[in-house]
Amino acid sequence: MDLLDANLELKEIQKLQGHTDRVWSLAWNPATAAADVPAVFASCSGDKTVRIWEQSPSTRSWDCKAVLEETHTRTVRSCAWSPSGKLLATASFDATTAIWENVGGDFECVSTLEGHENEVKSVSWNASGSLLATCGRDKTVWIWEVMPGNEFECIQVLQGHTQDVKMVLWHPTMDVLFSCSYDNTVKVWWSEDDDGDWSCVQTLGESCHGHSSTVWSLDFNAKGDKLVTCSDDLTLKIWKADIPRMQSGDGYAPWNHLCTLSGYHDRTIFSVHWSSYYCREGIIASGAADDALRLFVQGKDGSMNEPSYQLLLKKKAHDMDINSVQWCPGEKRLLASASDDGTIKVWELATLS
Amino acid sequence: MQAIVIVLCKVSVSIGDIKDPEHPYSLEELKVITEDAIEVDNERSYVRVTFTPTVEHCSMATVIGLCLRVKLMRSLPSRYKMDIRVAPGTHATEAAVNKQLNDKERVAAALENPNLLDMVDECLAPCYA
Repeated sequence: MDLLDANLELKEIQKLQGHTDRVWSLAWNPATAAADVPAVFASCSGDKTVRIWEQSPSTRSWDCKAVLEETHTRTVRSCAWSPSGKLLATASFDATTAIWENVGGDFECVSTLEGHENEVKSVSWNASGSLLATCGRDKTVWIWEVMPGNEFECIQVLQGHTQDVKMVLWHPTMDVLFSCSYDNTVKVWWSEDDDGDWSCVQTLGESCHGHSSTVWSLDFNAKGDKLVTCSDDLTLKIWKADIPRMQSGDGYAPWNHLCTLSGYHDRTIFSVHWSSYYCREGIIASGAADDALRLFVQGKDGSMNEPSYQLLLKKKAHDMDINSVQWCPGEKRLLASASDDGTIKVWELATLS
Repeated sequence: MQAIVIVLCKVSVSIGDIKDPEHPYSLEELKVITEDAIEVDNERSYVRVTFTPTVEHCSMATVIGLCLRVKLMRSLPSRYKMDIRVAPGTHATEAAVNKQLNDKERVAAALENPNLLDMVDECLAPCYA
């Protein structure tokens, strides 16, 4: 099915209220991607709490199942589920990262990771759940090893960014870590040997067609051979790497700029997320400071080496800035967005009736 | 002296009488902020404020900018988008100051700092003559 020919719209399924301050981030529980399991996601806010939302199988409506409070003492900026869906990591301006475990419906804080000098801005689990990464305003990226008994040990503090690090994300299939920053760059971190040191193997900066202002967020396509980054410079950039070569053990495969999507956004783009379904190449969703969601797909024109991306649709989604946009994993065809207006909205991409 | 008033869809915001963090005068009295430095687009719900720090190396430029942002945030309807910047050519690290003032995550974190918040509230407190 060619999405550009289909008549699609983003239908608002529900508006979720509850947070008493801006909602910064949200994360779908990966274990709930299965068709018969009710979808669950976590949201975190300037109100210092994390909320867990679940879709009722009978009414199909979303309810807040838990409020994780009295742990973080400042804004909770980011949250991420472990690949098994059993643990939730939350990163806060209070300089800590909390690890929560779902114990029979109640969430307990089982560990607190300290070390960052100031605000922690992002947290990410690797594909196997054996490593955790955090980053913050202290310009560092920390890698933690997940040990038995919910113990976490910092194995390295990565220096390199010259400014506030906004987000970290592990590659979907390989233990390669990506970070993006207020210093306008994206850095790639890798450890060649299993027990070796991690180092910055590549910097995606202005000299290689990189961004000219803060890079706020990044995401990968399902295959992990393409990367999308978004920035305060009002553009999205797509990058590509020879992943099969790297997976076959042929050393590090660098990322190269593929194209820049400019002229579509007129205010800062805070979040970008690449769906793993709908069509072979997936759909890129962006959330921006103009309160709108935009969806982009690979266009029909363009060659293998220079694909073109086109705007599928734009939707004014909230009353204030959108801070986070996330596709639901699995086949559920849902998208969630979080905003400065304190609400979260769940959307369905559907054909216009 | 008349305070500078921005009239936006029946909401009046006076930002000229914000006190300078270092001097006993208001920002308008010091000519840090003047009427022509405020651009308002009511249809697009957009405000841009340009301010001129008193000296080129003014270390208080970020605090002044923060005060302007907080005053506007507290007074304008939430749909308004705002950009705050120093007047081009008036500050040694203009780009760095502008970037910080317009990074809402940095602004949010700064305003969670009680000392900074106190300073901002002090600058925004009405002056009873």
